[in-house]
Amino acid sequence: MIQSTKKSQEYPNAAGRFGSFGGTFAPESLMFALELLESEYLAARQDPLFQQQLDDLLKNFVGRETPLYYARNLSEHFGAKIYLKREDLAHTGAHKINNAIGQALLTKRMGKQRVIAETGAGQHGVATAAACALLGLECVIYMGVEDIRRQTLNAFRIRLMGADIRAVESGSKTLKDAINEAMRDWVTNVQTTHYLIGSAVGPHPFPRIVRDFQSVIGTEARRQILAAEGRLPDKVIACVGGGSNAIGIFHPFIDDTAVELIGVEAGGSGPEPGHNAASLTYGSPGALHGSYSYVLQNDDGQILETQSISAGLDYPGVGPEHSMLKETGRARYTTIEDGPALAAFQALCRMEGIIPALESAHAIAELFALHKNGEMRAGEIIIVNLSGRGDKDMNTAAAALDVSL
Amino acid sequence: MTNTLRNIFAKTRQEKRAAFIPYVMLGYPNEAASVAMAKAMADAGADIIELGAPFSDPLADGATIQKASQRALENGITMRKYFQMAEQIAAQTKIPLVMMGYYNPLLRMGLDTAMRLAANSGICGCIIPDLPVEESAAVIDTGRPYAIAPIFLAAPSSSDRRLKAIGAAAQSADSGFIYCVSLNGVTGARTALSEDLPQFMQRVHIAAPNIPLCVGFGISKPEHAAFAARYADGVIVGSALMNAYDEAGSAQGSASAGVLAQQMRAAAVTQ
Repeated sequence: MIQSTKKSQEYPNAAGRFGSFGGTFAPESLMFALELLESEYLAARQDPLFQQQLDDLLKNFVGRETPLYYARNLSEHFGAKIYLKREDLAHTGAHKINNAIGQALLTKRMGKQRVIAETGAGQHGVATAAACALLGLECVIYMGVEDIRRQTLNAFRIRLMGADIRAVESGSKTLKDAINEAMRDWVTNVQTTHYLIGSAVGPHPFPRIVRDFQSVIGTEARRQILAAEGRLPDKVIACVGGGSNAIGIFHPFIDDTAVELIGVEAGGSGPEPGHNAASLTYGSPGALHGSYSYVLQNDDGQILETQSISAGLDYPGVGPEHSMLKETGRARYTTIEDGPALAAFQALCRMEGIIPALESAHAIAELFALHKNGEMRAGEIIIVNLSGRGDKDMNTAAAALDVSL
Repeated sequence: MTNTLRNIFAKTRQEKRAAFIPYVMLGYPNEAASVAMAKAMADAGADIIELGAPFSDPLADGATIQKASQRALENGITMRKYFQMAEQIAAQTKIPLVMMGYYNPLLRMGLDTAMRLAANSGICGCIIPDLPVEESAAVIDTGRPYAIAPIFLAAPSSSDRRLKAIGAAAQSADSGFIYCVSLNGVTGARTALSEDLPQFMQRVHIAAPNIPLCVGFGISKPEHAAFAARYADGVIVGSALMNAYDEAGSAQGSASAGVLAQQMRAAAVTQ
C-alpha cells in the first residue's frame, strides 16, 4: 500500500488516539484479541497478496468502483452541481460490504473460523453474512428485536445466506444493545471468534481498520470528481450514525482543506434527550463500547436511548475520528429530523428515480437545508455519499406515509 | 486505603483461608434492600464487600447483573446516591469496601469528585471492568491522594507480557489485589469452574508475585470457592448470591443469600 506523509495519516497514534478521542476502553479478556487484530492488520497492509485478494473481491464481488453519478435534476433544482457517490449500487445494497469483506479476509488470516457482528438497519448484518458465506466462515448476527421488526427483509436476507440471528431483548432493543451482546459473545469466545464491527466505533484498532476499508469510497470519489470536473468538490456530505460511510468518504479529502466536510446526524423527532441520535450535536465526550468519543448521556453518565426513523443511525455514540474532526473544526456536523429525511427520501425517488436508504436520505435532506438557508452557492460542486439503497425501508416508509402494503 | 485491603489478606492468610468477597449491586432490588443485603454479607463473615454501581450498558456482565443494574437505574440510583449508600454501609459494617463500576459514570462525574466521594464513603479501591492498564493513568493519578487505587483485571486470554504489565501497574499503583477472571466470559453463575484455573493463577502469580490475587466470575457453589481458594488470596462471588436472593423472594432474600455466603466463606480454606 502507498505510504503517505499526509496529516490525515497521522491518526490514530500508537495508543489508538485521534487527538484526545479513541483509545481502548475494553475488558481485559479482549485485549489479547485486539492486539492480535492490530498486528495482523498491519501485516496485511504490507502484504501484496492480501491487497490483491481484497481488490479482486471489491471489483468482482462487490462491483466496485461504484459510479459518481451527476444528478441532473437535483442539480437543476438547486442551481449547483450535485454528484451522488453510488454506494447504494454496491453488492448487498450499501457501503457496509467494503468493510465486511476486508475484515472477513482478516479473520481468515488470523486463523479464526467464527464471525460475530451487530447490525442496526441490517445492512451490516447482510454484508457480513454475505462475506462469511463467500469465505466459508460461521456467522452470528446480533440484532435488536425492535430492529428485526422494522427491518424484517434484511433479517430474512441474513438467514438466507446461512447466518444465525440472535434477537437482542435488552435495553432499547436496538443497535447499542446489539453491540453490548456481541461484545459479551466476543468476551466469551475470544479465542475462536472475530468481532466484525460494522462502524468506525469500538476499541482501537477498530475505528482505524473500518476507516481504512471504507476509505475506498472517498479515494474513488476524489479521482472521479477530478476526472469529471477537473477540480475538487466544494462540499462533501454524508450521514453519520456510527460514522463509517462518512469517514470513508471524508478521509481522502481531509488534507484538501478547501473541501468542506459536512456530517449529518439523525435529528429524530427533536433536540430533547432521548428523541434523536445526534451524538456530536447534542452529546458530550464519554466512554462507550470501547472508545472515548461523543455520546448521548445523562448527567450521571448513563447512556441515553435514541430515536430515529432510520435504524442505521439510531445509535448514541459515534466514531472517535469524527469527534476529533468536530473538535478541530475540519468537519462540521448538523442534524436532520425524521420529517425532512422522509421528504428527501421521496424527493430523490421522484426527481432522480433512486430510492435511497433512510440513512442516506438524511444526507440528501441536507442539500435542501443548505439551499433553504442560503448556504449553497450557485454552481458549486457537492458530492453526497448515497451510502445505501432503500429497499429495506419499504415497510417503514409506507407506515410513515400512511400507506398499507 | 490500599493497606487496608492488603492487611485483610495478611489476616486471612494467617487464618489459612481465602478472603471472602461478596458483590452487592446497590439499588437492587431497591435501596433499602441492597443496604440490608450488604449487612447480611457482613454478618456472614465477608472480609471485603464489592459494591456494584449500575450502568446502562454493562457489557462485561451476564444476565443476572444486567438485570440488577437496569433495576437499580430504574430505582433512581445515581453515582451520588451510590456514594451515600456506601457511606451508610461502611458505618454499619466496618468492612473495607471496593467500588465496581464502568468508567463512564465516573468520567461524567469527574474523576476527582468521584475519588473524593468514594474515599469519604469508606471505599478503598475501584474495579473498572472497561479500563485496561493502558488507559488507567488518569485513575491512578487521581485516586492516589485519596488512597484509592484501581484493581486491575487479569484474564486467561491475557498474554504473559500483558500479565507482567498488569502486575507492574498494580505494584506501582499500590492496588489492593488483582482480580483474576476465572474464565473468558461475562459475569454470571456457572455449573463448573475452568480446569485451567490453576495454570492461569500460576501465570498471574509469576507475573505479579507480591500482589494478592482474587478469583471471580462464575464462582457459584461452596465447591467452587474451595477450589479457587487453593490458588487465590480471595474469592469473589456476585451473581450466585443475587440468584439466591431472587429465588427466596424479597422477604427472605438477604437471609437466604447470607446462608450461601456463610457456606462459601467456610469452604474457602487454603489448608
